[in-house]
Amino acid sequence: MSDTILRTADGKPLKAALQRASAVARRRAFWLVLPLLAFVVITFVVPIGQMLSRSVTNDAFSANMPQLVAWFEANPEGTEPDEAAFAALAADLTNAAAERTIGSVATRINYDVSGTRSLFTSAGRKAKKLEAPFKESVVAMDPKWGEPIVWAAMRNASAKLTTSFYQAAMDRKLSAKGVFEKAPGDLQVYLKLFGRTLALSAVVTFLCLLLGYPVAHLLASLPMSKSSLLMILVLLPFWTSLLVRTTSWMVLLQEQGILNNTLVGLGIISDENRFALMYNQAGTIIAMTHILLPFMILPLYSVMKTIPVSYTRAARSLGATSWTTFRRIYVPQTVPGIGAGGILVFILAVGYYITPALVGGATGTLISNQIAFHMQDSLNWSLAAALAAMLLGAVLALYWVYDRLVGIDNMKLG
Amino acid sequence: MALPIYASPLERVWHKTYLLICAAIFLFLIAPILIVIPLSFNAEPYFTFTEKMLSFDPEGYSLRWYDNLLTHGMQAPDVARDGTWWSDMWNNAQWIRAAKNSAIVGFWSTLLATSLGTLAALGLSRSEMPYRKLITAVLLSPMIVPVIITATGLFFFYSNPCSVLGPLAPEGGCARLTSTYLGVILAHATLGIPFVIITVTATLTSFDKSLSRAAANLGAGPVRTFFKVQLPLITPGVVSGALFAFVTSFDEVVVVLFIGSHEQQTIPRQMWNGIREQISPSILAVATILVIISIALLTVVELLRRRSERLRGLTPQ
Repeated sequence: MSDTILRTADGKPLKAALQRASAVARRRAFWLVLPLLAFVVITFVVPIGQMLSRSVTNDAFSANMPQLVAWFEANPEGTEPDEAAFAALAADLTNAAAERTIGSVATRINYDVSGTRSLFTSAGRKAKKLEAPFKESVVAMDPKWGEPIVWAAMRNASAKLTTSFYQAAMDRKLSAKGVFEKAPGDLQVYLKLFGRTLALSAVVTFLCLLLGYPVAHLLASLPMSKSSLLMILVLLPFWTSLLVRTTSWMVLLQEQGILNNTLVGLGIISDENRFALMYNQAGTIIAMTHILLPFMILPLYSVMKTIPVSYTRAARSLGATSWTTFRRIYVPQTVPGIGAGGILVFILAVGYYITPALVGGATGTLISNQIAFHMQDSLNWSLAAALAAMLLGAVLALYWVYDRLVGIDNMKLG
Repeated sequence: MALPIYASPLERVWHKTYLLICAAIFLFLIAPILIVIPLSFNAEPYFTFTEKMLSFDPEGYSLRWYDNLLTHGMQAPDVARDGTWWSDMWNNAQWIRAAKNSAIVGFWSTLLATSLGTLAALGLSRSEMPYRKLITAVLLSPMIVPVIITATGLFFFYSNPCSVLGPLAPEGGCARLTSTYLGVILAHATLGIPFVIITVTATLTSFDKSLSRAAANLGAGPVRTFFKVQLPLITPGVVSGALFAFVTSFDEVVVVLFIGSHEQQTIPRQMWNGIREQISPSILAVATILVIISIALLTVVELLRRRSERLRGLTPQ
């Protein structure tokens, strides 16, 4: 036995023994995490993925109109609908009316071409009486059936995967020619809403930075005993219920609320010119800034705490004014904190729902409110899923940036 | 923060201004929370200070909104307050029911999140953990993903759980989880997990690993080492993680709105309805109670944090 391999006491090669030991350690660590990982994947990741899949799949049409779907599959795009197509349509309409699925078929087409709901439901009632030649009799029932836009919408809805909800979410509508085109400016809803969401979030983030920076600086430079007292003033809002804070702002900002009453009482504004601070963007911005401010202060504070005082002192002793010291020595060192707080606040702001819904009114609501509207009121779940997917994409991109800049392991609470 | 002795007069003025600005920001942070407390004692159904309140006339103040919290929804609120009145209140008053629901959901979701979360944090803080960054990102994502998206996804999942479980689904199909306590508890546990992971991992980073090695060396198995050595030292982190998880559940409204029913009415959901429909100063009375609870929780967390730092020998004082 004159080999040069290092061996353990029982004669196994050291390298293999080490590898086995670390494999065991890895497996042990993984087993500890596995229950939670499985829990989160099953109750969170998969449901969201499944929900998002609704944005490209909607079988309300394809499942209930099988003959027409078969015709669309057999004939490529651009084929004029012939007698066979109309016969399939008539048969499917009769069937759907009998099985009472005509309503969901009509709704599905109505998403792409508004105003076609009644076209389908009334055709469903009359379909039984249709006779050959079907092309003439269907068009005679309603000339709309001959329009290319209706056929384009039906072809689109018969596919297994559809992009029409993303088209709708990007304000692109089916034109008379049967292709998706950008809607005219005044009909654009969602792009404007996305723009508004990003703009409001940016404003809120900026205001949080503006208000959070001096406070974090003060907290970081005070001695421990004083700063931990003041820290309570930052942490209390953090621990207070979101609804409580939103309610407080509603009380403060109302037309007959405390803020306006005080201003009128002090004679700063007249009784007729009370500020409209609620049910508009101002309300959303004020309340969200207040709610998200702790998320800016805490990361800033933890970065500022690590900056040695000697750096600024050195700058001063080398002749820099206090302003130059602040601008060129102090601020650059706080950039990681600004980045961490800024991205965190922005991520949370982009997805906000409760506060805008309560104080936002018509002009202060965000994309989340629109998703909730489509989930609960209009029941266009596929469009809600498409909007959610776009919002989630934006949030995950920011999350990735946050991870790059700060590292998720470094996230701290209080 | 003391000014250096060489500060110029201009700097002294600026320093005073700076302190004033900071005071104003602290006021902005804290005033909206404290303002609801006096307003909840308003004798009138208004959301603003009446003249009587401003002149500290006792007639301007009353406890009627707190009384309303107890009586709202009772079958016979106007009878004498004897045993039957109290049992009527305990069983029928809407806010009491909401409080009970919040407590049930909060307790079980916290238990679930804390036990699974602590276990996972133990694994994540080991240097051998494979794919640590990716897994941490997944486990923390419920905090980052907009809650409306979570609620929407859970709504579809709970309407038909089998469709997600796939091959794991039990034979004979699954029961719906919408409008059940179990559904709300599972959802709130998911939302609370990131907070447990963050606080417990933070505590574990400063945990001295040689202590577990010493325990192992003295013959303790991994389980015994955990309960006798590790857990007592990380308890402050676990408890504050649990408190975070509880507050998350206690404050959560969107998921409850989407997947709960009237049966699972929690305090936030009841508040939400109150704010949107029949707004009355009762909401301010609830808000006051919640503020007091959050002050209590904050105090506990602060004490725990100090204890944990003392245990680890970080605080010199």
